[in-house]
Parts: sequence; structure tokens; C-alpha cells
Amino acid sequence: MLSGVKETKRDKAFLVCNYIYVFLAFAIVFYPLVYMISASISDPKFVGSGEMWLWPKGITFEGYKRVFENSNIWNGYANTILYTVVGTAINLVVTLPAAYALSRRDFVGRNFFMGMFMVTMFFGGGLVPTYLLVKQLGMINTMWAIVIPSAASIWNIIVSRTFFQSSIPKELQEAAQIDGCTNMRLFVKIILPLSMPIIAVMALFYGVGNWNSYFSALIYLNDSAKYPLQLVLRQILVLQEMAAQGGGAIDASTAAAMNSKAEIAALVKYAVIIVATVPVIVIYPFLQRYFVQGVMIGSVKG
Amino acid sequence: MQDTKTAIPLGAVPKPKPSGKGVWKRIVQNWELYIFIAPAFLYFLIFSYGPMYGIQIAFKNFIPTKGITGSPWVGFDHFTRFFHSYYFWDLLWNTLSISLYELAVGFPIPIILALAFNEVRNGFFKKLAQTVTYAPHFISVVVMAGMIISFLSPSTGIVVHLIEGLGLHAPDFLTDPRWFKTMYVLSGVWQSAGWGTIIYLAALSGVDPGLHEAAIIDGASRFQRIRHINIPTLVPTMTILLILNMGSLLGVGFEKILLLQNPLNMSSSDVISTFVYRSGLVDAQYSFSTAIGLFNSVINCVLLIVVNQIVRRTSENSLW
Repeated sequence: MLSGVKETKRDKAFLVCNYIYVFLAFAIVFYPLVYMISASISDPKFVGSGEMWLWPKGITFEGYKRVFENSNIWNGYANTILYTVVGTAINLVVTLPAAYALSRRDFVGRNFFMGMFMVTMFFGGGLVPTYLLVKQLGMINTMWAIVIPSAASIWNIIVSRTFFQSSIPKELQEAAQIDGCTNMRLFVKIILPLSMPIIAVMALFYGVGNWNSYFSALIYLNDSAKYPLQLVLRQILVLQEMAAQGGGAIDASTAAAMNSKAEIAALVKYAVIIVATVPVIVIYPFLQRYFVQGVMIGSVKG
Repeated sequence: MQDTKTAIPLGAVPKPKPSGKGVWKRIVQNWELYIFIAPAFLYFLIFSYGPMYGIQIAFKNFIPTKGITGSPWVGFDHFTRFFHSYYFWDLLWNTLSISLYELAVGFPIPIILALAFNEVRNGFFKKLAQTVTYAPHFISVVVMAGMIISFLSPSTGIVVHLIEGLGLHAPDFLTDPRWFKTMYVLSGVWQSAGWGTIIYLAALSGVDPGLHEAAIIDGASRFQRIRHINIPTLVPTMTILLILNMGSLLGVGFEKILLLQNPLNMSSSDVISTFVYRSGLVDAQYSFSTAIGLFNSVINCVLLIVVNQIVRRTSENSLW
């Protein structure tokens, strides 16, 4: 920018408004996040009455204690880690080689494959036929129902393909082939080591998706010992609360008369939200660059 | 496919034309590439095209013991039943109104936010604001629903306390059908507006600084430069995202709706996709539910094609 040119008054006013606007957006997003952390370590009395509205009040770690004592949560955590690791490994094994093949101009049939994959972006079989298929394959109530039907996403294949096309010099492939290097060796020994950024992006995109998903577990799993964390959370956060609401409107006096059991339940809710979200939120600022890169690569037309 | 400077990638790329005799040689030479693509090919064949084969049960009375092929044909019976049911118009209205509401509010906000981020010169503040506004994108839909329920709880929710602190009467957000759509849309904006700016910021980073310098010399104000340089830069990206959004007008993200639904707000929260889930997987009306799902996908597909055609006639930023 030209720094020599002086800003006019109007420009300065505009800039001030702009800063206020960005700050408001920041505050609106930040506030609920801070509130949840504060609520998870505050005395539920103050949280429920609204006295605790920003900083923790009457600090207690009872909520976290209850969460760590809850075997369902631990079990869900273990399941989620298993599904996320296995699922993401499958995602990568399906996505990266396919994306690489599609990035090669000398790959006969690439437009056929691409077209076949792209159709699924716009049209699909729908919920019930997919469910019946998974059932017929005998996957119901197994981990495979969670990891296989979501083995690849066309969007991520396109992003990876764009990366291979734009970041790997074609001369590399030509030189390797002249030296008699097979495609397999070329991919494993040369392409993949050069593609760490895209591998990281894909692992993160798929990993977060797997960690956060609940719907396939809801429809395909019926044994609660196999539930991932998100389904356990649904029981704690959504079903419980909704059951209380569904019984009819609770007036203020009844609510006030509710014993500490309800307060503990509320405290546990905030604690469990934090515990479930921490792995993703904690790694995110460090890996933000990669996430953003992923979206950016996707936005450059291949 | 036109060669346009759109911001979203799409499949087909200008490719070299295979000249007859070299093709076989290249297929044999690159046989390993077919192994590379095999897992993805099989995946899409089985899990995307497989269910498409299963769509035929929409025109049959599916009997599990007889299987898909063995079940008797009934033609368009399930469709007629759905179109004549008393809930058809309600479902259609809820689905469309939630989508349009979401589009009207959720579409412009990331654009404005991206333009605003772009004007922030303080590096630290910019980075902080971006990091924080991106963060909710990573919160799972279940946690999101849990947050909404806790924050809006009539007795203990902080939002209710804040509204009452202003001396106003807070409605019962969770159970009042009139508030469902607003709750759904605004929570969605909270969660995804920040993340949505990335794609626009990427486009803005491509603006030639020379344009701004020339405009400054010509005495253009900051606002004028945004209006005449930055916004036109974003138009192709906006158009593409708008087309894609139109293609999913009937496909509102039902995962969150499903979690926020309760018997009291059902009259405004029941959409086609949640109905498909309930009738198909909860009540096991497989054929009926498949028919509704098919109706939904066909409308989506048609909308996408129609909107794309309109855009294609009026500008050069169409999808294909």
C-alpha cells in the first residue's frame, strides 16, 4: 500500500467502524466459548441463576470429576479414538492414490473416473437405500459401518488432485520414468514425501470429520458399548434436556425448587462439552495454517 | 466446460487428446495407476451407485424377505400418497423457508466479514480475530446442539438471563415453533461465518495492489475502493457458491435439526430429510421413505441445473 498518501477523515472514520465491526464479530464468537469454560468450573448455583456470566464464580471441579468417573464417556472416548484412527487411515489410503492417478495427464480414462465420481456430488441413492445396502453387507453394529460408507469424499479427492497437479513438477515424473522407475515407486518414494502438506490437510479434514460425526453411529450401531463419544454426548446433552422440556413448560418456581441433582447435571454438561471438544480445539490453532491451506488449495481451480 | 476464472474446482480439465495408437501403450505403461484408483472406484461404485440401484424400491412395495428385485412394483403409489398427505405442504414449506432464511442471512455475512478482515492492518488483532472466528467450525453438531439447548434453557440459560437483564421477556426459544428457524439459522451463522471467509480472503489476496494504488492516486476513498475493486473480485466466487447453495435448497443439514427437534416445535422444525429419517429408519416404511428421498434429490438436481443455466446466460461464472 502507499504509505506516503495521507488518509482522509472519511477513510479514518471508515477504518474505525471497520475495527468495531471486526471486534464485534470476534466478541460474539468468543463469548460463548469463554462462557462454557467458565461455566464448567463454576458453582452450578451461580451458573443457573445467571450470576456467573463471564468469569468463573465459586470454582469447583465437581463437573470434571463426574465426567472422569463416568465409564460411558471413557468408553465413548476410546471408541471414537479407534474409529477416528482407523477411519482416517482408510480415508487417506482411498483418497491420495486416487487423487494422484487423477492428476496424471497421461492416465487414460481420468475423465471417465472423474465424471463417475462427480455425479455422486449431485445425486445419490438416499438414506434408506444406503442403509439397506450397509445392512445387506452385514456391517450393522460393527465398526465397519462407521468407517467404510464414508471412506472418501469427492471434495477432498478434488483438493488433493489439485495439489498434485499444481505442486509436483511434471519433470520429476518424466525423469523418474526415463530412469525406469515404476509408478508405485514414484508415488511412494518421491511423490508422497513431497506431499506432506496435503497429507496433513487431508488427515486433519477427515480426522475432524470422523471425530465429530454422530449420524452413521446413530443409524448403524445399536449396541451402546460401541457408541462413539458423540452419541454418548447426545444422550447427556440432548436427550436428557429434551425429555425435561417435553414434559411441558416448567415454570420458574418448580425450576428453583429443583434439587442439586439437576444442578450437577448442568455442571456435567459444560464439563463434558469441554472434554469432548478439547482435542480438536487444542490442536487447531497450531494446525490452523494447514486447515486454511486446505481450503485455499480447494479454491484454486485445477 | 468453459475456461473461466472461477474459484471452485470442478472435475473436467482441458486434457491432451489421446491419439489412437498411443493409448494402449500408455494404459499398459501406467497399469499401476488403475490399482491406485481402484479403491476409490470400488468405493463410489458400491456406496454411491449401489444405493442408486436400490432407488427402485421407491416404485415397489419393499418386502425385506423378498429383497429389492423380488418385491412387487406399485408404480407411483408412494409418491401420490406423499403428495396428498396432510403434512406434504408443511414439510415443503419448512424445508424451503429454512434454506432460504439460511441463504439470506448466512450467505452475505462471510462476504462482509472477509471484506472487513481484509481492511484490518493490525497483524495481531487480525490473526486473533480470524483464529477465534474459525474455531466454532470444529465444534461437532452434537456439542453445538447441546450448547444451544443449555444457553437457551428457559430456567438457566445465559441468553435468557441476558434478555431478562435488559428488562425484556424472553420467549421459550426451544419449544416455541416461531423461534425454531431463527435459532437454527443464527446458530449456524455463529458456527460457520468465520470459516466461510477463508475462500473469500483467498480471492481477495489475489487483487493486484496496483489497482488500489491507482485508485488512491485518483482520490478514491477506502469505501469506494472496496466497492469498486474488492467486491467485483469476489463476484465469481460468490456466484459459484450461490449456485451450489441453490442446488441444496431442499437438502438442509438435517443432523442439527434432528437434534433440536422436540414434540413442541415440530410444526416448524420438521423438514423433508428428518421426515425421511423418521419414516424410513424409525418406522421402517422403506419404500415410502425412499420415494420421498428421491423426490428430494430430483428437485435438488433440477434446481442446480436450472440455476446454473440462468447464471450461464447472464454471466460467465457458471459451474459448467
